[in-house]
Amino acid sequence: MIPPAAFLALAALLFALGVLAFFVKKDLLTQFMAVEIMLNAGNLAFLALAKALGKADGQMVVLFVITVAAAEAVIGLAIIVLIFRQRKSIRTDDLKDLKG
Amino acid sequence: MAWIVFIFLSVLCVGSVAAMILSRNPAHNALFLVLAFAALGGLFGLLDAPFAAAVQVLVYAGAIMVLFLFAMMMFDLRRPAPPAKPGFRLALTLVLALVILGEIALALARLVGGGGGPGGTPGHDVGRLGALLFTDYLYAFEITSLLILAALVGALALAGKKEGA
Repeated sequence: MIPPAAFLALAALLFALGVLAFFVKKDLLTQFMAVEIMLNAGNLAFLALAKALGKADGQMVVLFVITVAAAEAVIGLAIIVLIFRQRKSIRTDDLKDLKG
Repeated sequence: MAWIVFIFLSVLCVGSVAAMILSRNPAHNALFLVLAFAALGGLFGLLDAPFAAAVQVLVYAGAIMVLFLFAMMMFDLRRPAPPAKPGFRLALTLVLALVILGEIALALARLVGGGGGPGGTPGHDVGRLGALLFTDYLYAFEITSLLILAALVGALALAGKKEGA
């Protein structure tokens, strides 16, 4: 029997790694993947607590998060495709003129 | 036994995310992410959530990552990314990640220390999840369908434009 604390620690580590990946990487596509890692770390924490508390509600939240993540991936990728069409690049270094 | 599976899957998951941070090829990144999500699906299974595990593998490792790989074909990625030089930005990022890790650990430690509920195997039968979906979560469920429709129309409106329009 694995204590929920182990899963929660793994979720915290994954979230921190997602933050690290988001800021270290310099192309939009990989940064977008880093966001997905953070979402999944949240999912893992929800499921760990759903088991620890003996309620199914945590699992419902995970289902909604996955659905919203799919919708978000579609819109995000469409925006990245648009940026690529206009700039011929998805490197954040090439998008510096967005800086205020 | 469960511990062996847990340690194996979590090392696989954290390792492939770390490999994704170190690798500079976006296609490799996407494949590492598929591996990480598949391992996470296994972890969900360990948490007595077989339905969430199946959805994770089907929707995340399957649909969403295939979408990423398809989108990748539209970009010119032959020019490799320049190697990241260790600098101020990397140091700040490391500090930020460590602070966030510490913050979450602190919050979760308090939560776990507070003692849990009865414990048990809540979602082992999918029927109960389905019943919950159509009773307590009916509004959220319906709104999600609207959200997906909006995302579909939005993606068509954004990416379906003619060149130069």
